[in-house]
Amino acid sequence: MREQTAHTTPAGAAAAGRAPESGAAPEADSLVIAGEEFGSRLIMGTGGAPSMHVLREALTASGTELTTVAMRRVDPQARGSVLDVLRECGVRVLPNTAGCFTAGEAVLTAKLAREALHTNWVKLEVIADERTLLPDPIELVDAAEQLVDDGFVVLPYTNDDPVLARRLEQVGCAAVMPLGSPIGSGLGIRNPHNIELIVEQANVPVVLDAGLGTASDAALAMELGCDAVLLATAVTRAQHPAAMAAAMRHAVQAGRLARLAGRIPKRRYAQASSPWEGLSTGT
Amino acid sequence: MKVIVNGQAREVPEGTSVAELVASVAPAVSGVAAALNDEVVRRSDWDATTLREADRLEVLTAVQGG
Repeated sequence: MREQTAHTTPAGAAAAGRAPESGAAPEADSLVIAGEEFGSRLIMGTGGAPSMHVLREALTASGTELTTVAMRRVDPQARGSVLDVLRECGVRVLPNTAGCFTAGEAVLTAKLAREALHTNWVKLEVIADERTLLPDPIELVDAAEQLVDDGFVVLPYTNDDPVLARRLEQVGCAAVMPLGSPIGSGLGIRNPHNIELIVEQANVPVVLDAGLGTASDAALAMELGCDAVLLATAVTRAQHPAAMAAAMRHAVQAGRLARLAGRIPKRRYAQASSPWEGLSTGT
Repeated sequence: MKVIVNGQAREVPEGTSVAELVASVAPAVSGVAAALNDEVVRRSDWDATTLREADRLEVLTAVQGG
């Protein structure tokens, strides 16, 4: 059970093993998934970028160290590979199972990705239908269990359902990645309360995945206590992808710092920040 | 014999291997994986694995996504 960190000092949070010593440089506050350390808490997707050039600029501006790709049939006419871009950017590749509707399809896709890309990490996606792209929870847990048993580091894209997140953690997932809102919708975090509940109970990193539209959404995810943010469309389909990538990078850092700093409680009425004593109009 | 490679029917000689068919569709083998009838074929087995009539071969690679 994760302690309530909203009122915890950075030093207190550090004692719990999740944050730097008070006053430590922010870069020491690394994200750890399955024992691997990442300096950036922004995980990027590559979908939607209009060109490899734009993608390269956006990834560089984002500062990301972990980025997703999809697995598809080879195109004999394809020019340039997304893998080349990730290699040039020094970014670790995270294959996904996007487009899979059943546990069987997702497990096969993960195994093909492992063979092709020499990684046992997988962003597990099992969707229910094309209109919403919402995860199918039954197939998702089934696939997660099979892949964990087969030695994969499984990072499941899941609904913002605390019970489902707990089940995914119980079958051995290395993180849980609840959606903020449907993929590509830009609707932001529709149920912040559920995200907080997921964060409170999780013993693995929580990555807010999907639905973010702009920088304030990413900051909110981190303020709610998420350990990282995963996004693609908000950057790749922005009018200026590299500029939005930089905005997201700063938003994630700002949200993380604010979370560790411990925000003030919300109050119904004003609380003066200037003293009342010593007013010249006083008696 | 007739086989299906990435969803397309192909007429190939008896004894055609996974390695030969991968080479026919993929410009390079780096970052590529193959599944024969929904089972992954390890790269080290591509040469020795031959197809039979009506087999389905899928040859995948990484693309932009997620």
